[in-house]
Amino acid sequence: MNSTFQNNTKKKRIAPRAPPIGSTGAIGWLRQNLFSNIFNSLLTLICIYGLILIIPAGIDWVFLSSQFTGDNRFACQNTGACWAWIDQRTGQFLFGFYPEQERWRPFLAFLLLIPALAPWLFDRVPAQKYLRIFSVVYPVIATILLVGGFGLPNVASDKFGGFMLNLIVGLSGIVLSLPVGVLLALGRRSRLPLVKWVCIGFIEIVRGVPLITLLFVSNILLPIFLPPDATLDSVVRVIIMVTAFASAYMAEVIRGGLQAIPSGQYEAAKAMGLNYFQSMRLVILPQALRISIPGIVNTFIGLFKDTTLVIVIGLFDILGIANAMVANPDWLGLSTETYVFVASFFFVICFSMSRYSMWLERRLGTKGSTGWSS
Amino acid sequence: MLSIKARDLWLNPRSRGLFFQLLVLLSLASFLAFISANTIANLQKAGLTTGFDFLSNQAFFDINQRLISFSSQSSFGRALVVGLLNTVLVSSLGIIAATIIGFLAGMLRLSKNWLVSRIVTTYVEVTRNVPLLLQIIFWWATFTSLPRVRDSIEIFEVFFLNNRGLRGPSPIFEQSFFWVALVFLVGMFATFAVSHWSRRRQMETGKTLPVFPIGFLLLVFLPVMLFWGLDEPLAWELPKRTRFNFIGGINITPELLALWVALATYTGAFISEIVRAGILSVSVGQTEAAQSLGLRNKQTMRLVILPQAFRVIIPPLTSQYLNLTKNSSLAVAIGYQDLVSIGGTILNQSGHALEIVAIWMAVYLSLSLATSAYMNWYNKRISLVER
Repeated sequence: MNSTFQNNTKKKRIAPRAPPIGSTGAIGWLRQNLFSNIFNSLLTLICIYGLILIIPAGIDWVFLSSQFTGDNRFACQNTGACWAWIDQRTGQFLFGFYPEQERWRPFLAFLLLIPALAPWLFDRVPAQKYLRIFSVVYPVIATILLVGGFGLPNVASDKFGGFMLNLIVGLSGIVLSLPVGVLLALGRRSRLPLVKWVCIGFIEIVRGVPLITLLFVSNILLPIFLPPDATLDSVVRVIIMVTAFASAYMAEVIRGGLQAIPSGQYEAAKAMGLNYFQSMRLVILPQALRISIPGIVNTFIGLFKDTTLVIVIGLFDILGIANAMVANPDWLGLSTETYVFVASFFFVICFSMSRYSMWLERRLGTKGSTGWSS
Repeated sequence: MLSIKARDLWLNPRSRGLFFQLLVLLSLASFLAFISANTIANLQKAGLTTGFDFLSNQAFFDINQRLISFSSQSSFGRALVVGLLNTVLVSSLGIIAATIIGFLAGMLRLSKNWLVSRIVTTYVEVTRNVPLLLQIIFWWATFTSLPRVRDSIEIFEVFFLNNRGLRGPSPIFEQSFFWVALVFLVGMFATFAVSHWSRRRQMETGKTLPVFPIGFLLLVFLPVMLFWGLDEPLAWELPKRTRFNFIGGINITPELLALWVALATYTGAFISEIVRAGILSVSVGQTEAAQSLGLRNKQTMRLVILPQAFRVIIPPLTSQYLNLTKNSSLAVAIGYQDLVSIGGTILNQSGHALEIVAIWMAVYLSLSLATSAYMNWYNKRISLVER
């Protein structure tokens, strides 16, 4: 009896009615996201009008009406962009004045960078252990490849330039600033007042002044600070100052990581009988550095963008080469094209790195902000 | 016997700490001694003297962009002041513009309109991921390749954009303008007092005052009426076009314009992220609680959401302002004569590198220390007081 009653109700159950047309699917999405009220609809229409003005004209300028071949700007008679210089100048944009027959060396160094970095940035990389050993020797290999030695002809550092210089300064700055930053961060949290205040002083002074003034220091003051007969290569000087600059920011990132480690870890390490250095090396730092990786990547993005400042002290990085080309009579007045080209390099690299750091943040459940200056 | 004593000292945390600090002190002192000995030797070799006396020497260069009078007869010291004022000028212009852009973009990015939030996201990502120096140079190249003076782009027939910058009308204040300003200032204080008093009265009696209409009357209505009543207290001098250039009005140089636009859009993108994070940090429960207390939407925003969002927004916002000020030093790349650029010129002319670098660092450091002092004070003031 009871069961028939249930069966009856079941039979009579009406399937849910389909939502009204216009609240689902493409139309529903449009209504909800673009035309939810009068103000929004107006805004959408204005945006669409603006995009119609910009996008076709932009595509036309970049691709359709542009010219890709020619010897100088007079060859470009079109209304669009003039990309003719790319063919001749890409080598310079990438490698500066590095001798042409030797350019495979920086290129190889760049390729080897990928297996050197991968085991630190990603978790499941094949042969991770061996790659980590490789990445420790990588700086030596890269230096030999770039500078010369072991049968390779020497290349003076004033030939370094273009995007290669940005990569060299940025990468060495970040890698060298890592150990310095760890020491500064530990020092800032030290119980010894002198150590603490020396570290705080260094960090705050460096973070308080613009990088440009530090680069002037590298160019003008470092030679004065060194013994009278000693000379230091200009690229090395820049790397020293960039490292000093980055290590102050790195110290703050790592301090954030250290603070995020629960005090139970410190106490556990102490209870195990480890001394300060052992507990840092074996317990605290491995965890703190791991959660600092997003912050370190963000620091690198900031530093990498700031490597363009080396033009102020007369080095020719990719922006320096661009400036030189814009001033070249053959290509005078192609500033928009040139700077868009250079900007796209930085955008691709920095954007993908920032996505990587966001992905990592989500996975680690941490925030990786650095308060980087630019 | 001695070895046991040394071992005891080593095992005692206090004496061990002293030992490490002594080590740090010694190495720091020897490092500084090494550097200063080298510096003295190098300066002697180059025949240079140290000291800040050179600041009173005559500067044999001119400065186009200046807020106070300066000629090539003026001193190096005055040149540095001109540079400092230029840094302050571009920083304050940049901070105002970046704040407006940042807040607008931050709120638009949270808009329910998909298209608008996408467009703003594109702006933020592009400006954040391209070096600022590149953007400054790009804008400078764009502004200097504008049409010549003869073919200036007119904006409302008042502003003229050409390769020498943006020329607009300059205000001429008559004496009667003083009274308008005075009335406005008095009105400001009065409004402040009224709102303070009304809040106290509300706390005590629960009665509210129409603060907004009173403020409107004092701050807008009275000054505007006085402005109309007086005989033209403020006039505008329009730029006049001559054959080769304009006369009259104010001209903003392409350098200042480029630096301003680049700093404002770049920092604006960072500020928009801060604003977005700040608004998102206020939990939905707060809105719901405010609504269930019977607050209207506007009140919810003003009394509940914004005060909490600002607690999150203000500290990183101040550090962005500081960053903008520091980044204004990139002016040197396009020849805007700020503190660093003029300092560089003096450095080349006089050779007093140590002193110039010291002045640079002192100025930027005091700025950043003042900012962090403000931030600490603010954090203390707004930090949650739990009952």
